[in-house]
Amino acid sequence: MDKRNVVIIGGGPAGLAAAIGAYEAGERDILILEREPKLGGILNQCIHNGFGLHTFKEELTGPEYANRFIRKVKELGIEYKLETTVISFDKNKVITAVNEKDGLIKIQAKAVVLCCGCRERPRGGINIAGCRSAGIYSAGTAQKLVNIEGYMPGKEIVILGSGDIGLIMARRMTFEGAKVKACVELMPYSSGLNRNIVQCLKDFDIPLLFSHTVVDIKGEGRVKSVVIAEVDEKLVPKMETAREITCDTLLLSVGLIPENELAKQAGVELSPVTNGATVDDRMMTNLDGVFECGNVLHVHDLVDFVSEESELAGKCAAKYVIGGGFEADGGTKVETYGGVRYCVPQIIEHNDDYEPFPLKMRVSNVFRNVYLRVYADGQLVAQKKKQISTPGEMETISLKAEQVEALRKAKEIKVGLEENK
Amino acid sequence: MLDCIIIGAGVVGCAVARELARYSSSVLVLERFNDVSCGASKANSGIVHAGFDAHPGTRKAFYNVRGAKMYPLLAKELDFPYRRNGAFVLNFSEEGNEKLKELYDQGVKNGVEGNVILSGDEVRKMEPYVSDKVVSALYVPASGIVSPYEATIAFAENAFDNGVKFEFNQTVKDVVKSADGTFTVRTDKGEFCAKTVVNCAGVHSDEINNYVSKTKEKIVARKGEYVLLDKAYGYLAGATLFQLPTAMGKGVLVSPTTHGNIIVGPTADDIDDKDYVDTTYAGLSKAFSQAALSVPSLPRRGIITQFSGNRAHNVTGDFVLGEREDCKGFFNALGVESPGLTSAPAIGQDLAKLVADRLGLKERKDFNGTRKGIKHFATMSDEERVEAIKQNPLYGKVVCRCEVVTEAEIIDAVTRSLGARDMDGIKRRTRAGMGRCQSGFCTPKVMEIVAKYTGVDMTQVTKKGAGSELLTGRKE
Repeated sequence: MDKRNVVIIGGGPAGLAAAIGAYEAGERDILILEREPKLGGILNQCIHNGFGLHTFKEELTGPEYANRFIRKVKELGIEYKLETTVISFDKNKVITAVNEKDGLIKIQAKAVVLCCGCRERPRGGINIAGCRSAGIYSAGTAQKLVNIEGYMPGKEIVILGSGDIGLIMARRMTFEGAKVKACVELMPYSSGLNRNIVQCLKDFDIPLLFSHTVVDIKGEGRVKSVVIAEVDEKLVPKMETAREITCDTLLLSVGLIPENELAKQAGVELSPVTNGATVDDRMMTNLDGVFECGNVLHVHDLVDFVSEESELAGKCAAKYVIGGGFEADGGTKVETYGGVRYCVPQIIEHNDDYEPFPLKMRVSNVFRNVYLRVYADGQLVAQKKKQISTPGEMETISLKAEQVEALRKAKEIKVGLEENK
Repeated sequence: MLDCIIIGAGVVGCAVARELARYSSSVLVLERFNDVSCGASKANSGIVHAGFDAHPGTRKAFYNVRGAKMYPLLAKELDFPYRRNGAFVLNFSEEGNEKLKELYDQGVKNGVEGNVILSGDEVRKMEPYVSDKVVSALYVPASGIVSPYEATIAFAENAFDNGVKFEFNQTVKDVVKSADGTFTVRTDKGEFCAKTVVNCAGVHSDEINNYVSKTKEKIVARKGEYVLLDKAYGYLAGATLFQLPTAMGKGVLVSPTTHGNIIVGPTADDIDDKDYVDTTYAGLSKAFSQAALSVPSLPRRGIITQFSGNRAHNVTGDFVLGEREDCKGFFNALGVESPGLTSAPAIGQDLAKLVADRLGLKERKDFNGTRKGIKHFATMSDEERVEAIKQNPLYGKVVCRCEVVTEAEIIDAVTRSLGARDMDGIKRRTRAGMGRCQSGFCTPKVMEIVAKYTGVDMTQVTKKGAGSELLTGRKE
């Protein structure tokens, strides 16, 4: 069995940044395992721009953004294995992976950073009735077919869900000559970024129908039409409003699910809200020496924040190895209230020699004119005023050293949303 | 002139084909879809019923019990997934106890061994997720589960390897008996002649019968809708959980599949369009909420897909099997609905024997009744994996991450006897695309492999045959 210090599962944006973070914290024995033939993960198929505004203060395409990290990983001489799939992972941090060249390999790691990303929720996950014809794709699959393989998955498109990939694909398909007939969103608001709604739908006069859903898909070999209907407050379709839209393709952008199958195998505790691990401010899960970051931890809107979070996770993994583990001093659970659905990290450690960290959260509805507030033992520690806060945009509260200090000492930490009175 | 034409490549047609292959004969299977197992054989509960359910004295009861006993050996010989997992018939009321006893007695009459009536608590000891409202249950240890499409594929491949021919995309439009006693089967593509015909056309078997026989039959398509749950929830049921039929309906089942998912369903609705297999909002809700009576903690968020299949329900209630009195040489397997999957091997044996006797066919000495399935990487031990990759490095290349299916398996699925020619065919043979992401990640790669090994362009790759092309063209 191979022995490695830090093994990073996944060579997408999270894995790359985690590797660099670990290197910069002084660790040299790092191995990235990536199942695709290329590092960079999903960024490779995101050929639109808008990446890197926070990290590099410029607008890059997905591959350009990825390449900056890939170049750095190569410059630093960090080892990686491509086309290598991890098939199992256990609580003793033993990783089993396979590839064509090495066959089956087993690695005993001192620290593992899970950077497995997320998957798209399939049709089955939202119970859309109808035919099982060709022409029903998740938006990301269509994106890969168009941007990587160079094929058109359809000509007349309806998109269900207004997640970012769906919005991006509305524009991409339009650029490539397809007709996008509508983008249908179950909720009364979008789960995508506002800038994408403007740049991908409005600029192309693609109608965005809120509080609507697809109630039937018709077709035999190939999709011929979809039936859409308005939904009531309980999200139940009002069948009297049903109408049919002719199309040959239905793209689904109905949510992303963190890929925590390996984490579950090993016994990593998951949050039912994020579907990712429960982590402390060092990005460590309940399993000693197992870290998680990026979209496998919680789904992000912007890759810049994935990189930031993952760099921290990588640094902490390196520190864990270099220091021979962390001293367990317990921590305080971060409780949320008033419309804040979750906060990452979920636990703040009492020890005070760790890296500073931000608090990241999502709200459960559209709120206007509110404060996001952080309390330590009842004392207001930090706050952020928001004109508007929506479920589609992750909120971040950056913390200064003294604020981190206050949280580390606290026995009760609350993060929530309050009206601006 | 062929010895026999089998109409329909579902589980019954393929079981008949495999049994006929034991004899020196020329046999052709005509199938209207692009692959075997495309009708009800791919969309059912996958249960090998023990045989307590059918009324004593019926053909259903007879073939059920016989078929069920054949499965363990068949699964070994033909290498398809089968497991004896036991079943419970759950009773939710005091009044139901009497009916449960009737079922028990019926099982004894049908020759099903080992059944026992248990209290609700005893059931929950064995199946902890069963509802508190269950007061008693009939435990049926002989009940099993099978992968219905993989069993059908196995029958077909083995028949093919023993010389049976298959023609796909052939919709039978007419069957005519000539003066010399032979048959002409007309399809939308051409004509085929044979000395005998076996009708295994599922929901359309009445139409086939009615072309040649004066004794008319009527088959009603009885639709069953299902939902399938992520393997992550496979712990919810170890045995198959039936519900005791009540005035409220026959109930639905909750069962593990041979691959570890949880299957829920079916509904039962008689429909006019026999080929209508779309799922419906009402059907799915009904299947799920009814199943939740058995297992209250069934999670909606665990659903990964839904599907439906149409049972060939004979209005008289029983299977119609054997040669037509008024049409010698024409054999029916008609109205083969549940327990049809269980019965299929036994039906296959008897019909093949009847055809062989009619034609005076001799048993072959060189019949090979064993078939090796695709080696599934996911179910190998680590030692087997090391060896597999050594033999073929493409076993080290995982294409479908959710079900851990490798490139080697997908190539095998295309290139083997009667191999897959479309994406659904790959899915049924290898499970690529059957997992929790439902082919989101692996579709482009699987398409590439199908295109390469079937020798077509990417734009010609289909989901399930002509008209279901996945792409509309190349990017300009």
